[in-house]
Amino acid sequence: MNQSSQPSCCQQQETIVLPSYTGSACCARGAGEKRTSLPRLDQGFVIGSVSTPAGSVPRVSSELQWRDHWGAVKARWGVGRMDYSIDPGLYALGNPDRESPVLVSANYKMSFDALRSALPGRDLWIMALDTKGINVWCAAGKGTFGTEELAGRIESSGLKEVVSHRSLILPQLGAPGVAAHTVKKLSGFGVRYGPIMAADLPAYIDAGFKAASKMRLKTFPLRERAVLIPVELVETIKPTLIIAPVLFLLGGIGGPAGFWANVLHEGSFAVLAFLSAIVGGAVIHPLLLPYLPGRAFSAKGLALGAVVAVMMLSLQGYDLSMWAGRLGILAWLLIIPAVTAYLAMNFTGASTYTSPSGVNKEMRWALPTEIGMGLSGLIIWVASRLIA
Amino acid sequence: MRQLTYLKDVVTLKLDQEKCTGCGMCLEVCPHEVFKMNTRHAEIRNRDACMECGACSRNCPFDAISVQSGVGCAAAVIGAMLGRTDQPCCGPSDSGCSSPAANEKGCCG
Repeated sequence: MNQSSQPSCCQQQETIVLPSYTGSACCARGAGEKRTSLPRLDQGFVIGSVSTPAGSVPRVSSELQWRDHWGAVKARWGVGRMDYSIDPGLYALGNPDRESPVLVSANYKMSFDALRSALPGRDLWIMALDTKGINVWCAAGKGTFGTEELAGRIESSGLKEVVSHRSLILPQLGAPGVAAHTVKKLSGFGVRYGPIMAADLPAYIDAGFKAASKMRLKTFPLRERAVLIPVELVETIKPTLIIAPVLFLLGGIGGPAGFWANVLHEGSFAVLAFLSAIVGGAVIHPLLLPYLPGRAFSAKGLALGAVVAVMMLSLQGYDLSMWAGRLGILAWLLIIPAVTAYLAMNFTGASTYTSPSGVNKEMRWALPTEIGMGLSGLIIWVASRLIA
Repeated sequence: MRQLTYLKDVVTLKLDQEKCTGCGMCLEVCPHEVFKMNTRHAEIRNRDACMECGACSRNCPFDAISVQSGVGCAAAVIGAMLGRTDQPCCGPSDSGCSSPAANEKGCCG
């Protein structure tokens, strides 16, 4: 009935000419009954906008800029990692239209960047949920990447006016937080779970939204373990700044020479031994995880720590014929594995396959063991210095 | 790469085959191939591979799966022991969770 050359999208949505939305933002600015909230256009990675009935949707590219890469490097080193977020809401990748698929992600910038950079040459919508800047899997475990947020975001982003279909693609690792059948009930949108890795999305889409079984399997390959090392190391800086000076000065107690001569010899070794234990737990343990003996991470850490301790002790050359030397060796055989095992145990939080029940069981024996070994090692070490 | 498995016989996963209709949703969302489909319904094929993420139970439309999902990182458990219950893990503020993994892949199991 409306035959005017400028179709009015509010009255007659079906007359919209695809792919461009000629009606621009008339609906969102209309009666004011809608509370559409779109992401800001002045975010650094936004390269333009797409005019839709819901308003101007920010457009992004699949090509990452140096700024995006630098941001990721900083986040990996723990710099601003908890504040590395984008505005939640709807984004356009390329030049999507009413039929284009809608991918759902988190508003952690590293997640968002991983998603868009995996989709060069594609035209689709990306809806970022407000996960408080946390990645999809963590946020799903916490419930912020969840059913309610998703249903609410569908409304507030104006998605129903932007696309004609009623289907969403969620990352499989979002499933712990989202009940697909409930989303359907609340919003009318059907949820499809896509592959675990963004890199598999093109193949998934091209296969008609079918994931090969290997796309559904979460592995923990070397590369993924290696990128966790920086932040594991950064986490040890604060305790090291307290513990290392204490060890350094404790090295001056007793011993054959004067206080500062002892500090230089034994104190320096103590600091080095402690640092080697950290390297064992925060660097070598993640790298060698599948090949270390045992299932519990603490067991792997104890074994690795023992090897590290033997290597360090061979450098120091304690005198095995003396009680002081024997006790010194015993002390470091306790302290180094204790520290390495503790850090290894902490890596359960970063791994992709440990269950909460398992972590609880492991910690019941591992934590007392680690504390006991560490403290008794320290006492034995000081005693060995006093009799030396 | 061979699949990594954590501790044996600790997982709280349960599947009620009476309620299961064989829709296959659990096979789709499980990241560790814990389930397999027999002719009529799903069954657990590799319980020890389960990391208790809770994706299957949340997405089962028929309430056939139960699992005690929760925080699976040591730092969170230590935090709880020390009485820091506010943000057990994965929080945007570092206060509650000292886990180095708070924004990495597998935090919170």
